[in-house]
Amino acid sequence: MTKRKKFVNIPVLTNLAEESRDWPYENPLAPGHRMCPGCSIPPIVNMALLEYGKDVVTGSNTGCLEVTTGVFPYTAWTVPWIHVAFENNAAVISGAEAAYRAFKKKGKIDKEIHFVSINGDGGSYDIGFQSLSGAAERNHNMLYICYNNEGYQNTGYQRSSATPIGAFTKTTPVGSKVVGKEEKRKDLTLIMAAHEIPYTAQANPFNYKDFTYKIKKTKDIKGFKFINVLQSCTLSWRTKPEDAFRALKLATETLYWPLYEVLEGKFWRINIKPAKPKPIEDYIAMQPRWRHVLKMPEVLDRIKEEIYTKWDFLVRMEKLSKELAEDLGFSLDEIFNMSWEEYQDKVKPKLKEKTYLF
Amino acid sequence: MAVELIKERKAVAMTGNQAIAEAMRQINYDVAAAYPISPQTELMGFFAEYLANGLVDTEFITVESEHSAMSAVIGAAAAGARAMTATAAQGLLYMYENLPIASNWRLPITMVLVNRALSAPLNIHCDHGDAMTARDSGWIQLFTENSQEAYHSLIMAVKIAESALLPAIVNMEGYIVSHTIGNVNLLTDAEVREFIGESDWRKNVPHPLLDTDNPVTYGATALPDYYTELKYPQHLATFEAKEHVKRVLEEFNRLAGTNYQVIEPYKLDDADFAIVVMGSTAGVARTAADQLREKGIKAGVLKIRLFRPFPYEEIAEALKHIKAVAVLDRHDSMNGLASPLYQDIASALYHLPERPMLHDFIYGLGGREVTVEDMLKAFNRLINIYTGRETRDRFTEYLQVRE
Repeated sequence: MTKRKKFVNIPVLTNLAEESRDWPYENPLAPGHRMCPGCSIPPIVNMALLEYGKDVVTGSNTGCLEVTTGVFPYTAWTVPWIHVAFENNAAVISGAEAAYRAFKKKGKIDKEIHFVSINGDGGSYDIGFQSLSGAAERNHNMLYICYNNEGYQNTGYQRSSATPIGAFTKTTPVGSKVVGKEEKRKDLTLIMAAHEIPYTAQANPFNYKDFTYKIKKTKDIKGFKFINVLQSCTLSWRTKPEDAFRALKLATETLYWPLYEVLEGKFWRINIKPAKPKPIEDYIAMQPRWRHVLKMPEVLDRIKEEIYTKWDFLVRMEKLSKELAEDLGFSLDEIFNMSWEEYQDKVKPKLKEKTYLF
Repeated sequence: MAVELIKERKAVAMTGNQAIAEAMRQINYDVAAAYPISPQTELMGFFAEYLANGLVDTEFITVESEHSAMSAVIGAAAAGARAMTATAAQGLLYMYENLPIASNWRLPITMVLVNRALSAPLNIHCDHGDAMTARDSGWIQLFTENSQEAYHSLIMAVKIAESALLPAIVNMEGYIVSHTIGNVNLLTDAEVREFIGESDWRKNVPHPLLDTDNPVTYGATALPDYYTELKYPQHLATFEAKEHVKRVLEEFNRLAGTNYQVIEPYKLDDADFAIVVMGSTAGVARTAADQLREKGIKAGVLKIRLFRPFPYEEIAEALKHIKAVAVLDRHDSMNGLASPLYQDIASALYHLPERPMLHDFIYGLGGREVTVEDMLKAFNRLINIYTGRETRDRFTEYLQVRE
């Protein structure tokens, strides 16, 4: 972390670039932040922002990332960053992006600046859902990353709508009558895909090549981009710190967290297809927060039903997308490998031709 | 680029909402964000028409809620933009969470608050309930009497906010001013733009987010070891703000030939009895004072233009010689001794060796019409309490209630 140089009257931490020049690190998130050992937020943030470079304006909702990276008079951020409240970073960054557009069109700023908002699942699935949906609908040119640790970890682990069935949280304890959370996860990725924003994806920091490919892809796309990234929480999942990435690996191998991407809600592609999915029990067994469900066949059955029907749905969507791509004279991979401009020039006109009753 | 429409000063008939939209056009904000709520809706609609016809350069963010409206203008202002929003009543309450954040960060945002009563019961008409909830938020607040003042005040507010580095609210009464046609003398586009100066993202705020070569962190947590030190500079800034307001009012008076002061005394010099009031009721109160003077009663009126920071010294000076003062509050601060304006006036007078007697009237709630008779009733009740002809159980009374 870097300490600002002098006390200014406005509670904004400045002079960061000057001090960061001495560091042997390129990372947007400097060492010395206060995240827990084994937390997978820092690699998510660093991997994502390294692809975006220094000309970026970032921000976060209130949450783990916010509270561990900026504790006055220290900050771990070496890029511009803004946190206002719990539920509004999508709106805050949309305002900053509008400001940039205002000056850009008047020729008062030359740089190409990108906008990235990085928020937890509580701030994205629940309290911040409205501002996320609004910014997506207005199609601001920004990337929104949800680091999804499936609960309110910053407040000591309460349930969120991303918490899976059966999981223990402080507000869904394991009792004699009710065992953990009763409801299944809200599928925010599907909801965002249904916004028909330019790009929606699900990612996993363990599959870092896939993750950084997706980040790179968003840099090229004009409009709103959403990536939902699974993030292990050692404190609440109670996975050992050294097992954080092993758990994440299993999340995708068991189909619990499929990695896929969606273009404009129309083209769906699954990025990683395990040849033989591992049993979900392996993933659950690594997490004391819901290990108890292994002894509860009914709950386990509900979890499997949720995961496997969702996987089936995604496979079908991909199949339909392949058919659609071929109808247009492309392969699905070709469409995803195109630049955004190429996609606009080559695919969109054909899509209109084939899809609508013109 | 923004078109220059008004090249010569002219007098027009405009509603408050039209006048504010006109000021917004002339100011040519970088960013505006708003969500529809009566009686503000019309205002943003007029502005959207300017936008649709290419008369302004503003990026207009049609957000999905007031909370996001304030969030977006905070993001825009922190990025370096000249930004504004407009709202009313429930909309202000919904965005309230962000108000103290904008002021602590010293972001020069301007907001038009088209005053409307708070629910429940739901009511879209005017009182000052919404503005009163923002009185501790650290925002500068100006009250206006008519569409002319609303138009002038928004132009002044931009300069006030940017020189004091504090966000500012311009209060305009819902329907009474927002939807009522009045005479408005418009300045030329060039005059307005010269007065407020060109927007520059490097200079609008001290630490713009868009300056990626000098990255800054907005919104770090401050624990007990620093919180106080980050509040104190803001505390000092609110006191300094009054001087900024006075200076900008003077500059504006020189430009527009107006005579705006932080408070506006009317026939107070020799008055025995006075009404203190904000907003459009001031005109009604002045008429009542004139009628009383015809009968030989020395009545006067004090209109408060600058509500936050509260000009307590000027008010004490203006009221110190009065025998009895009726404070007219267009809002009820439930569970308090009296309503907000009364409390402020009482505090302003407390340190005087001799103070006027004070009485509080709650009036005009939910758009209840305010007549000269109401004002005469307030004066008479005040005089009767003062002279001992009538007694009072409480310091605060409802002026217009049917019992």
